[in-house]
Amino acid sequence: MNFLKLINGRKATAPIARERLQILLAHERGLRGQSDLLELLRSEILAAVQRHVDIDTDKIVIRMERGPQVSTLEVDIEVPNGAHKSLAAVG
Amino acid sequence: MAKVLVVTSGKGGVGKTTSTAALGAALAQMGQRVVVIDFDVGLRNLDLVLGAERRVVFDLINVVQGVAKLQQALIRDKRLENLWLLPASQTRDKDALTEEGISRIIAELRTRFDWILCDSPAGIERGAMLAMRFADAAVIVTNPEVSSVRDSDRIIGMLDSKTVKAERGEMVEKHILITRYDPGRASRGEMLSIDDILEILATPLLGIIPESQDVLKASNVGSPVTLHNADSPPARAYTDAVGRLLGDSIEMTVPTERKGFMSRLLGRKAA
Repeated sequence: MNFLKLINGRKATAPIARERLQILLAHERGLRGQSDLLELLRSEILAAVQRHVDIDTDKIVIRMERGPQVSTLEVDIEVPNGAHKSLAAVG
Repeated sequence: MAKVLVVTSGKGGVGKTTSTAALGAALAQMGQRVVVIDFDVGLRNLDLVLGAERRVVFDLINVVQGVAKLQQALIRDKRLENLWLLPASQTRDKDALTEEGISRIIAELRTRFDWILCDSPAGIERGAMLAMRFADAAVIVTNPEVSSVRDSDRIIGMLDSKTVKAERGEMVEKHILITRYDPGRASRGEMLSIDDILEILATPLLGIIPESQDVLKASNVGSPVTLHNADSPPARAYTDAVGRLLGDSIEMTVPTERKGFMSRLLGRKAA
């Protein structure tokens, strides 16, 4: 990828398109009632985290990979120190 | 046994009509008896792409309403004796299309043809619903572009729930046809790759049609690209796709321009 950047002088945009589509379509399939395990896990994980922490949505990175045998869900959340909701309420 | 194939996409402008004409002609060139039906009421174009625009007298809605017999509305291609067109109405209200009427017409066509290709209008409204309603198989035309892939996913969801086959608990056989593909841009990471699209849509690939000026040249003169320039990259890609529809196992490649010695010497054109 770095080599590509070097000869191109700009960032490849296709991987961004791919990631945006994977997240969006998993969500839309959920709305259509086509339940998708990866999307279910994603939304429940985020809901669980949000119960305890105020998260800035820009600080969440989600990646989904779908393969014939194995799929992966990567949820990367940046939690600032002191963001715990119940502690904040006490303080 | 006759097969009803809908050519659909959700998004407009991705190449449904061009693909219907090219697939229909390629099937007819292989000896199959083919009828192509234009479902785009009010915005018909399949007649124009096939060069039959001046021969339209009766249309799909005339037949649905019983004003004309099916036999009177069918137009036989002048170059391919196995290829027939059932045009859409250009003037009438699209609400005149009824499910009962289409059901009757398709049942009658099934007795006369090997393939019934339904060219769907863009969108997800009545015309698009009716075009897919009786399908046995679907070709989902997709461009390597985010909005097209999103709309294809929506259409796949509809094929799996709103068709007669789906309601019977059967599956409509689905194929992705990628059009306007530019291998150079994909390899530079500027365009979604074939693998990206197939992984996202989780549907098997029927063919890859490269971006090409030959498509426009063919439609300019009202000829399916497989007939107008059979040796051009898009024509070979459509012919391969039709081979796969007929059950042949053909290696998946993106056809490129066959270059002469001089053009090789002078270097390749920008992809």
